[in-house]
Amino acid sequence: MRVVVCVKQVPGTTEVDIDEETGVLKRDGVESKMNPYDLYALETALQIKERRGAELTAVSMGPPQAKAVIREAYMMGFDHGALFSDRKFAGSDVLATSYTISQGIRKLGLPDIVLCGKMTTDGDTAQVGPALAEFLGIPHIANVLSIIEINDKSIVVEMDMPGSVELAEVAFPCLLTVNKGIFQPRLPSYKLKMATKEREIPIYSLGDYEDQDESNYGLNGSPTQVLKIFPPEANANHQIWEDGGDVLIDKLHDKLRELKFI
Amino acid sequence: MASIKVKQIKVDDPQSVSSVCPFNAIDYDGAFKINAGCKMCRLCVKERPDIFEYVECQAPKIDKDSWRGIAVYVEHQEGEIHPVTLELIGKARSMAAKINHPVYAVFVGYDIKEKALELLLYGVDEVFVYDHERLKHFRIEPYTEAMESFINENKPSIVLMGGTTIGRSLAPRTAARFRTGLTADCTILDVQENTDLDQIRPAFGGNIMAHIHTPNHRPQFATVRYKIFDKPEKIAENSGKVTLCKLDCLSFDSKINVLSVRKKEKTKGIEDAEVVVVAGRGIKKESDLEMVYKLAELLEADVACTRPLIEAGWADPRKQIGLSGRTVKPKLLITCGVSGAIQFVAGMQNAETIIAINSDKSAPILKVAHFGLIGDLYEIIPGLCQKIEAVRKYGEPANVL
Repeated sequence: MRVVVCVKQVPGTTEVDIDEETGVLKRDGVESKMNPYDLYALETALQIKERRGAELTAVSMGPPQAKAVIREAYMMGFDHGALFSDRKFAGSDVLATSYTISQGIRKLGLPDIVLCGKMTTDGDTAQVGPALAEFLGIPHIANVLSIIEINDKSIVVEMDMPGSVELAEVAFPCLLTVNKGIFQPRLPSYKLKMATKEREIPIYSLGDYEDQDESNYGLNGSPTQVLKIFPPEANANHQIWEDGGDVLIDKLHDKLRELKFI
Repeated sequence: MASIKVKQIKVDDPQSVSSVCPFNAIDYDGAFKINAGCKMCRLCVKERPDIFEYVECQAPKIDKDSWRGIAVYVEHQEGEIHPVTLELIGKARSMAAKINHPVYAVFVGYDIKEKALELLLYGVDEVFVYDHERLKHFRIEPYTEAMESFINENKPSIVLMGGTTIGRSLAPRTAARFRTGLTADCTILDVQENTDLDQIRPAFGGNIMAHIHTPNHRPQFATVRYKIFDKPEKIAENSGKVTLCKLDCLSFDSKINVLSVRKKEKTKGIEDAEVVVVAGRGIKKESDLEMVYKLAELLEADVACTRPLIEAGWADPRKQIGLSGRTVKPKLLITCGVSGAIQFVAGMQNAETIIAINSDKSAPILKVAHFGLIGDLYEIIPGLCQKIEAVRKYGEPANVL
């Protein structure tokens, strides 16, 4: 059995700020890390490997420095990795990103299971998994809460729905996006770090792909375009109260009474 | 269709040029290069127009006039319509009025024909019903197939879906099938005369909003979470109709087999609370949450938390407000020690009255709040609780005297 897990490198903090006067983003030592939701997908794959035996591959898309997250997967026990990286992938929206990853996974050979985290902390969209499944032509189940059973040809999972939890069986090949908490992710191991230090992380770029039509990638392949970015509007109708604790308590109490909450 | 063109001029300090990009997408190895980290935010063009140029090449234009109508996907469970659907219908109506388009609803499921009439009361012009036993459970392939059929038959300009677990699964899959754009979790939607949808959402995980267009693809997909828009009033006279769609072109094929369905207990979520007290990182330890619960009890409020507290395991994830949690729209919301990161603000900014207690004058929450109290929550919250209790017991001090 082969399992591919999609991971992403995200900014280490969400405190990206904007300079209100110049409208320019301020970046104060923004470091990168593995998208925390992806750790659950990685752990799910490792659990499958331990229970049934499986060959695990971690893939990512991003600039060359995104190799760091593949390396982290190696330290957790992954067998292979691949980074999809090309200048021509720059500016990809959800559609172009999903398509780029789908082409990369096809290059590696379609596995039995593709796993994704629920969402990323820098995009918060939770869209790439389902769109990727569409481009791979395989079924997907989003918001998987737990894995109940793995057979030779299918997997039984619990999925989170708005008003219910459903038990569903899906045949391979399939894509699952897993919720936080499906398993407790393990920490990277020092032993594995040393053992995998020399292991290569192959990079695939557009020239390696089956579909090399540039109009399907990067900004050209992105139907959505960012017109502008701007700081959120301040509430124009607001008051700031700065005073001693007792005064603030009285004012707050009176305001809550005036608004009829007490 | 565009790209960033780089003019290689001699610069004394290439590092300063690279640092213009918040995404580390400008590399320098004797020449400047844009790497795959580029998000096309064009800040480099703004900052260093001498080096970076935004080049747009015109793609063949689509015929926007041949795509008409604003469609809302009807989110439901066994025919019981999720209120986010009505909120989207309200928004669709106000946008449709601007461009003189019809409002459609797409209703996919089993034994739902009767329920479709309900939607007409909210001003939908036409409800398209896909009713079949094999659509009883939400399974991604047949549901995508039904959406595909609807879009091919009716060519709507815009498709809106709720940002629920179903919408966030079905919308990206359907949008990918049509190779068109989708913007998730929009907080503001509007429409241009040329039918381009203005989609505004928090972006890049930071304190930034992005205004997004889908200028050359149709339909334009967007998801919006529950409680972002207002529920519309019923209209007195409706002239809409229900259309039962032909199903013979659908295969209903699925690799998914739903074995059992367990209804979740209906707990009253923070989405439904009229008053919410929110604890943030200003709360130093778990036991200090006690005072927040006390205040909530006095105000008959629900307690919610920000992401760091949920990650610390101090509260149930269902109590999280923000883009990765729930969206709330209560009458009153009091934040205690919440800084106000945009991903949080996106989940609460539509509350009627927002009161923020924070010791940091520069906290962004103070710009969102109607009343911002700069002070120590460890003093204010217990003090307020005491005062409320005392007044309830003895009346106002003035009345006592």
